[in-house]
Amino acid sequence: MIALRRVLGLLAGIAIVIGLDWAGRLGLNPYIYGVLVLCAINVILALSLNLVNGITGQFSIGHAGFMAVGAYASAAYTVYASPILFGPGYASSAWLTAGAFLLAILVGGLASAVAGFLVGLPSMRLRGDYLAIVTLGFGEIIRVAILNIDAVGGARGFAGVPQRTNLAWVLGAAWITFVVIRNLMKSFHGRALLAIREDEIAAEALGIPTTRYKVTAFVIGAFFAGVAGALFAHYLYLHTNSFTFMKSIEIVIMIVLGGMGSLTGSILGAILLTALPEVLRFASSLRLIIYSLLLIVLMIARPQGILGRRELSFPKRRAPEAPRPTPAS
Amino acid sequence: MQEFFQQLANGIAWGSIYALIALGYTMVYGILRLINFAHGDVYMVGAFAAYYLAGALGVGTITSASPLMAALVLLGSMVICALLGMGIELLAYRPVRRSSRITALITAIGVSLFLENAGILVFGADPKFFPQVIAPRTITLPGGVLVTNHQIMVVVVSIVLMVGLTLFIQKTRTGKAMRAVAFNRDAASLMGIPTDRIITYTFALGSALAAAAGFLVGLTNPKIEPLMGVMPGIKAFVAAVLGGIGSIPGAMIGGLLMGISEYMVVGYLSSTYRDAIAFVILIVVLLLKPAGLLGRNVTEKV
Repeated sequence: MIALRRVLGLLAGIAIVIGLDWAGRLGLNPYIYGVLVLCAINVILALSLNLVNGITGQFSIGHAGFMAVGAYASAAYTVYASPILFGPGYASSAWLTAGAFLLAILVGGLASAVAGFLVGLPSMRLRGDYLAIVTLGFGEIIRVAILNIDAVGGARGFAGVPQRTNLAWVLGAAWITFVVIRNLMKSFHGRALLAIREDEIAAEALGIPTTRYKVTAFVIGAFFAGVAGALFAHYLYLHTNSFTFMKSIEIVIMIVLGGMGSLTGSILGAILLTALPEVLRFASSLRLIIYSLLLIVLMIARPQGILGRRELSFPKRRAPEAPRPTPAS
Repeated sequence: MQEFFQQLANGIAWGSIYALIALGYTMVYGILRLINFAHGDVYMVGAFAAYYLAGALGVGTITSASPLMAALVLLGSMVICALLGMGIELLAYRPVRRSSRITALITAIGVSLFLENAGILVFGADPKFFPQVIAPRTITLPGGVLVTNHQIMVVVVSIVLMVGLTLFIQKTRTGKAMRAVAFNRDAASLMGIPTDRIITYTFALGSALAAAAGFLVGLTNPKIEPLMGVMPGIKAFVAAVLGGIGSIPGAMIGGLLMGISEYMVVGYLSSTYRDAIAFVILIVVLLLKPAGLLGRNVTEKV
């Protein structure tokens, strides 16, 4: 039964992704299509940061740095390596292009995961705000380092990356991210991560290797941030200005707004925060002022985020209730 | 060698500005455990307040420049920012004080974005040229090191303010109360210290120092714009962490270290690495001393 439900869910998911993509190409205007793509990329970023911040209880504010590593690694791979791997004329075949792009996404994710490991390992001596400021620092260092690599364009931005990302790719990636992180959260390992969030010392006393789990959370989070970066790199013009400290902060805001530790909350927060500046366009110059005031008001009115730690879900059909034993008279 | 001392002089002047901003971060953090992200933008408002005050007092041109007027402008912008800091604390931070720390952090980011965008709306996005409230002069120090009288003023004013702050914190009743609240807010409250009022004073004090930094930066780098506070704000916070957050001498040392190392990188490596060096130093220091240079190591209680 469960297996059947999973297969059906998988098929439904694929159908929805492809259907939305076709609908997008046929019916939607390009502006809304673009906002939807960015929404999905931000959903991946928010979910992956939530794994580190919300579920494991660490405090990372350098997520844009991982995104940058993934973006530049995958873009460099696409521009320099894929013509060699797939032959110079591979772009004329749709299948080869898709294969090359899939590989590019994986390259981006893996490069970023390596960066996550490097950042995560020494950072584990630090806690709380110190960890936060170090992750922020790593994000900035990565950005400045990329700015000084001429092969990827440096301060000019990386030109010549083909546009390959479309709605189907980003929705598929967002969906895989959600499933992986949700399943992880429900597994034995996920409970270890939650235990670290609740009380690190107690978790350690119970025999949970906290350092290994924290680094693992960093690596998985960085992997998906790299995937998001790869998708971003093959969609919009690639420039380090997209990966500043403000981008990291934006992702933090998404997960706090949605509710730290709630996966559906992250999705909600990411969509809201991507759509909000677009919705506020009517207010032109007041747009960002309204945006910042809304942020403050929301935090005062609902400090735990929109969903808190709850998850949105479709109501499950309840099993028929067993008849209550009638009290003995 | 002359190059080295030249960069050192520039670095000390720039580092003093970081130190002044870092003091505000460290004081607020010491009391509320809040990274006040809006602090860099208070510094921006300080620079603009001085710009408009100088315009209103008519000291914008070299002929009308006078030290007395400059002091008046400095004091005026400090008062304006002190009020701004108190207002921010009252309206934005006090309602979230009992919430989780990340909520307060996001609120601080919201205030920061608000100040930046309100600044763009009110002051205009284009850079403004800060009036020369004191006639510029270049002085040659022994060894051929060139400094401007503005740079000397930056260092002197910073030292005066820092000494004043230290005396205030150590000698006055309010300063003692501030230390008590930073040490343990609940216990201080039980001893009859009006903690809310002390927190407001702390914000006023920190914001006034940031305004002074804004005025001084206007003297040395006369181009001011609404987003000028973003990078110095982050770096000043890094300076505060570097020195050991919560520690006032630590903030001064961290600020100077940061300014000097930045100018050394500009002088000897490349200015493109300028923004990264602050964080490299930070990471190295934190890996060796996780609580910063002068921070106390907190042992964890089980």
